[in-house]
Amino acid sequence: MSQQAVNGVAHRGRVLTLDSMNPNVKRVEYAVRGPIVQRAVQIEKELKEGVKKPFTEVIKANIGDAHAMGQKPITFFRQVLALCSYPALLEDSKFPEDAKKRAQRILEACGGHSIGAYSTSQGIECIRQDVARYIEKRDGGIPSNPDNIYLSTGASDAIVTILKLLVCGEGRDRTGVMISIPQYPLYSAALADLGAVQINYYLDEDNCWSLNITELRRALNAAREHCNPRVLCIINPGNPTGQVQSRQCIEDVIQFAKEEHLFLMADEVYQDNVYAEGCQFHSFKKVLFEMGPEYSNTVEMASFHSTSKCYMGECGFRGGYVEVINLDPEVKAQLIKLVSVRLCPPVPGQALLDLVVNPPQPDEPSYATFMKERTAVLSALAEKARLTEQIFNTVPGITCNPVQGAMYTFPRITLPQKAIDKAKELGLVPDMFYCMRLLEEDGICLVPGSGFGQREGTYHFRMTILPPTDKLKVVLQKIREFHLRFTQEFS
Amino acid sequence: MSSNVLVSYWVHEPRHLYDQAASKVLSQPLVVPSGTHENDPQVRVLVQACAQQSQQQGVRKPYKEVIDVFQGDLHGAGMKPLTFVRQVLAACVYPPLINSNNLPLDVRQRAQEELGRCVGGSVGSYSAVAGIPEIVHSISEFIKRRDGGIPSHPENIYISPGSQWSISNILNVLVNREASPRTGVLIPVPCYNITVLSITQLGAVTVPYYLSEEQGWALQVEELQRALESAKGVCNPVALYVINPGNPAGYVQSQKSVQEVIRFAWEKRLFLLADELYQDCVYGENCEFVSYKRTLSEMGPPFSGTVELASFHSVSKGFLGECGLRAGYVELVNLDPAVMKHIHTLFSKDTCAPVLGQIALDLMSNPPKPGDPSYPLYKQEIEHIRAVLVHNVKRVHEVINSLPGFSCPPIEGGLFAFPRLNLTPKAIQKAKELGLQPDTFYCTRLLEEGGVFTGPGWEYGQKEGTYHIRFCIAAPQDVMEELLRRLSSFHMTFMKDFS
Repeated sequence: MSQQAVNGVAHRGRVLTLDSMNPNVKRVEYAVRGPIVQRAVQIEKELKEGVKKPFTEVIKANIGDAHAMGQKPITFFRQVLALCSYPALLEDSKFPEDAKKRAQRILEACGGHSIGAYSTSQGIECIRQDVARYIEKRDGGIPSNPDNIYLSTGASDAIVTILKLLVCGEGRDRTGVMISIPQYPLYSAALADLGAVQINYYLDEDNCWSLNITELRRALNAAREHCNPRVLCIINPGNPTGQVQSRQCIEDVIQFAKEEHLFLMADEVYQDNVYAEGCQFHSFKKVLFEMGPEYSNTVEMASFHSTSKCYMGECGFRGGYVEVINLDPEVKAQLIKLVSVRLCPPVPGQALLDLVVNPPQPDEPSYATFMKERTAVLSALAEKARLTEQIFNTVPGITCNPVQGAMYTFPRITLPQKAIDKAKELGLVPDMFYCMRLLEEDGICLVPGSGFGQREGTYHFRMTILPPTDKLKVVLQKIREFHLRFTQEFS
Repeated sequence: MSSNVLVSYWVHEPRHLYDQAASKVLSQPLVVPSGTHENDPQVRVLVQACAQQSQQQGVRKPYKEVIDVFQGDLHGAGMKPLTFVRQVLAACVYPPLINSNNLPLDVRQRAQEELGRCVGGSVGSYSAVAGIPEIVHSISEFIKRRDGGIPSHPENIYISPGSQWSISNILNVLVNREASPRTGVLIPVPCYNITVLSITQLGAVTVPYYLSEEQGWALQVEELQRALESAKGVCNPVALYVINPGNPAGYVQSQKSVQEVIRFAWEKRLFLLADELYQDCVYGENCEFVSYKRTLSEMGPPFSGTVELASFHSVSKGFLGECGLRAGYVELVNLDPAVMKHIHTLFSKDTCAPVLGQIALDLMSNPPKPGDPSYPLYKQEIEHIRAVLVHNVKRVHEVINSLPGFSCPPIEGGLFAFPRLNLTPKAIQKAKELGLQPDTFYCTRLLEEGGVFTGPGWEYGQKEGTYHIRFCIAAPQDVMEELLRRLSSFHMTFMKDFS
């Protein structure tokens, strides 16, 4: 069959067309892998084919992928996973005893002692127990029940599953879900797919992207006119903005959720990525319980974590979990049905999660190396966060809030009116026009702020702070030069 | 609560259930599907009663371990992973192994190749949306070879965490939740229950077409026609889901049958969803797997250029049996390019399939060749698995058919036996009293007393008044013998008790 034949000749009218397909799917967008990335991939192809460009490589600073940018995996984790993959290596003296012990424990919990067997849909029980213990330790002893933990294919999978559980109703009763602007576009994509109503609440750029209860209230009240708001999503530390919520803020949000009877979704995948002085990660669950039984017995909540970020950066393993709090038991039964459609989360990802929540202890042989590697990654990120903020703020026309946490910077760019007009001419959103130009001229791939949401009339881009420090310095320099050139060109 | 989350099926919880049966203490209530026939509280009462009885009488179970053949899980049942696959994966996960003399040269070279394709040289980075490009290409070459040279285009292939994920995504595009009447999908009876779950969770309606048990579970076009007509005024059928080789029924469609289905889909304008996960599991003499893609192409115009087809495969079954790695793919044929763009966006928000699973797909598409250092062992292991499966299907057929009230056609392909139970009115009555489907009752007893975990036929669908059980036949021979011994013994006792 020719390529055309394989893709069909529409002389008869297809079953599946733009008109007949699910209208919700048409509304789905995901900027992190959107048009600009597709162009970047094309450029990479051209470079490979020998096409001459003003740069020799495309730097993909669009996606929060640490290993792609050269970050090294944690040795201990990879040793255990190798042992799990090929248990004959348990005889190999080159592997440390603590790694072997962990691997043996994991394999014993697997069907047929193989990571190739299905696990239960909720995830291997002893791993969920380990996750519960990790949460308890992290939260100063507040109990965590393994039955409330559902392992997943990355946090994204769990986020979508919980949303599926919550979205219902028709017309004016359709579920409304509050999300921050700017947000990580998985949320807007999932809401579009589910046909839920997206309720935007704006983070305060002038105050380091902080969250205001007044703004939450405004958004909620406006939304009540046309939908049934039931969910409030928070990303802490934030993506793309990087802000780390203060404890007071978290209490205020919980209070708000209780008053307004909202289900809280706390995306905490960046919980180890906290850099700024005076900032600290407070888990929503911990704060909830410390607020007393009036809150901890009533507020319904889901907290998410993953193996993709923090110091591990193991995106490719697709490991994650959700802990649900105060969920109705009948709803939990439905949750099991939902997750069973996925059969089970990837077992290597489950195993990796087990290691993340159960890392080498001080009395174990691998501890020293583990701590060294972990510290190196986190301190490098902290340094890069600082460097990024510093350099961007020296560029006239770029203002950058401190990168308190996570892995991104979301600076605001001032665009000359002529550039905005030119963008309109080309049918592009102004910050997409800007980012496309940067890609074509300097081979740097960022994601335009429009992909995450921003206040009308403002423009931003999201850049990861993941490239190695030397490369990052070059990238920052290039963006600086580009911005000045661009501003000059359209003045 | 979202109203689309319905479903009335025996929940996918193997460990949970056998722990209850095997232990004396009932830890928590059985998670019971809120079904059309089953009554939640009653099943709990039954299980609790069993457990209490065991506790009070200090009854010892006549078995040490439950034989879990509830799912198509080769490793779970005791089959071994392929050495080559695991060696390559280990070296990819921990690259210092690439320099280890303990691993064969081709393993090390292959691992190096795979890592070279991973961004940043690590299996921990995200891949492209549709999968690592070289692996997607590798899959397209595999499909081309399998289909006698018919081209397969990489742009039409998407790798996902298991094939069911792709099935869900494609169904999501097909199902218009807001449409009235609702979207319908034709499904075989019996059918793989998880796909039915996907369909109903998306808000679509299943339109069952009955496979003919008397004719070895053959798919008859007249029955497809009847099913389609039954949908008039009820729903708007847009897709036809076929499983070949079958699950749970162990048939392999003849080429003629595949052609008939394609012709029907063309005539009635249905989108074809071809679940071909068991393509490597063919045992029947004179049986051969012929892919829907190949058949479609060979039928020529007008079919070849118009029938919209999605074919699914994965690393979970066949010789790899790597269910836990979660990697499958869909190949899309004759789809509207504009729709393809949206499909791409849909897959993009899932980021990507697990990289280890993707590598396993590559190893499946491109296994060791004669001359490679790993080839002899690889060949030996494949042949062993095949021999075990061929032996098992023969034994199962023999044993089941030798038992009264139990019958089973020859298992031509797939990984399951789906024998028919001829239950007595007494047994059926007892089941009714307990508020259970008769075959669920049988399976519960078989689990409790026989220590074998199987699935009840109603879970997969069956003709009214017939009863079946499903169990996986991919277990080591000694496990299968033990299974058959326990099953025979239990069955005889059960039939006697309810005679």
